[in-house]
Amino acid sequence: MSSFSALLKRDLRLAMRQGGGAGMAIGFFLIVVSMVPLGVGPDLNLLARVAPGLLWAALLLAALLTLDRIFQADYEDGSLDAIVMGSMPLELAAAAKSLAHWITTGVPLALSAPLMGIILNLEPRAIGPLALTMLVGTPAISFIGAIGAALTLVLRRGGLLTAVLVMPLYVPVLIFGVSAVKAAVSGPVPFEAPFLILAALSLASVVLSPLAAAAALRAALH
Amino acid sequence: MSIMDYANPSRFLALSGRLLPWLTGLTVLFLAAGLYMSFFTAPADYQQGQTVRIMFIHVPSAWIAMACYTLIAMSALGTLVWRHPLADVSAKAAAPIGAAFTFLALVTGSIWGKPMWGAWWVWDARLTSVLVLFFLYLGLVALWQSFDEPARAGRSAAILALVGFVNVPIIKFSVDWWNTLHQPASVMRLDGPAIHYTILLPLLTMAIAYTLLFLTLHMAAMRNEILRRRVRSLMQQRADAAQNIAADAGQGGVGQNVGQPTEQEA
Repeated sequence: MSSFSALLKRDLRLAMRQGGGAGMAIGFFLIVVSMVPLGVGPDLNLLARVAPGLLWAALLLAALLTLDRIFQADYEDGSLDAIVMGSMPLELAAAAKSLAHWITTGVPLALSAPLMGIILNLEPRAIGPLALTMLVGTPAISFIGAIGAALTLVLRRGGLLTAVLVMPLYVPVLIFGVSAVKAAVSGPVPFEAPFLILAALSLASVVLSPLAAAAALRAALH
Repeated sequence: MSIMDYANPSRFLALSGRLLPWLTGLTVLFLAAGLYMSFFTAPADYQQGQTVRIMFIHVPSAWIAMACYTLIAMSALGTLVWRHPLADVSAKAAAPIGAAFTFLALVTGSIWGKPMWGAWWVWDARLTSVLVLFFLYLGLVALWQSFDEPARAGRSAAILALVGFVNVPIIKFSVDWWNTLHQPASVMRLDGPAIHYTILLPLLTMAIAYTLLFLTLHMAAMRNEILRRRVRSLMQQRADAAQNIAADAGQGGVGQNVGQPTEQEA
C-alpha cells in the first residue's frame, strides 16, 4: 500500500510541476462549450435545454485528450518498465495512475463545469447536481480511459485511436450522468435512480478496469 | 482436445480446404431457397405491405452481428487463457465480417424505417445499441490495423474484445433506459405474439443461410490470414538473408535497398 501511495504522490507531483495538464483540459472544455452557441444560435431557452448533455459530452472530449498522459511519459522515459518489473502488482500501479489522472483532470474538469454551465444558461438548480454527477462519474472516465491508453501505448499516433476505442465504452456514463442532471431539474424519475447507477458504474470500473489496463500494459511491453 | 488438435495451422488449412467447398455449396443452396421464399412465397404483411420482406434480410444480419461478437469474445479468451494460435486468427478474421453484418443490419433497418417511421434514422434503443456495437467492431479493426506485428496485436485486441463484451449488456441496458426516458412508446415493434409460419419459415431459412454464409466467410478469411502471415514471415526471412549477404559483402550502402519490407530486429 505504501508503494501505491508513493506512486500516486509521484504522479500528482509530476502533474503539478509540469503544469499545463488540467489547465489545458479546462481550456479545451471552455472552447468546446463556447463553440456550441456559435453553432446552434444564441437562443437562451434552447441552450438551457441542451446544456446538461452538451456539458457532459464536452467533458468527455476534454478528458479524452488527456488520457495519453496516464502512461505515455512514463513509457517514454523508461520508468514504466521499472514499475512493471517492480514488486508492486501492475494492477495496483495501473489503479494508482488512473486515480492520479482522476485527481489531476477529472476533479478540475468537474469543478469547472458549473462555470461553463453559466455560459450555456444552465438552470441554477441544475448546477449542484451537474457538479455532483460529474464528480461521481469522472472516475469511470479515468479508469476506463486507462485501458484505452494502455492498449495504444506503443503505437504511434495512438491518440485518435484511444478515442475511437474508448468512446463507445463511455456511453453508459454519459447516459446516466445526463439523466441524473435532467432528473434533478425536471425529469419524471427521481434523481437518486440514475445517480446511483452512475455511482455503480464508477465503482465497478474502478475495480475492474485496472485488471484490463494491467493486462494491456503487459501485452504492450511484452 | 479436439480443438487443440487443430491448433496446428497446417492441419487447419487441410481440414478447412476440404470443408470449404461443401460449406459454400450449402450456403448457396440455403440462400437461394431463403431468398426465393422471402421474395415470392412469403405473403405481404397486412400492415407493413411489401416492406416486411426487408425483415428477412435485416433480422438474420442482426443475429449474426451479435453472434459474431460472441465468437470474437470466445476467441479472445482462447488467445489470453490458452494461447491457442488459431484463436487470434479467428478473432481477427471475424471482426471485419461482423462489422459488415452490423452495417447491413443498420442499413436495412434504416431502409425499413423510412416507410414505417417516416425517417431514415430514429434514436430507437435497438438502433442505438447496434450502432454502438458497430463502433466497437470498428475499434477492434482499427486496433488490429495499427500494429505492424500481428502477434503483438493479438493480445491487445483480445483484451479490448473482452472489455467490449463485458460492456455490451451495460450499454444495452443504459440505452434502453435512455430511450424510455426520452421518447416513451413512440416506436412500433415488430414482435407480435406469434409470427405466422408463412413468415417464420423463410425467416428461419434465411437465418440458417446467414449462419452458413458467416461460417464460410469466416473460414475463408482465417485461411487467408494464415497464408498472409506465412507470406509475411517468408518475406522477412528473405529480407534477413539478403541483409546478411549484403553485410558479408563488406561495405554498407548496398544494404540500404535490401531491407525493404520491414526492418524489425526484436
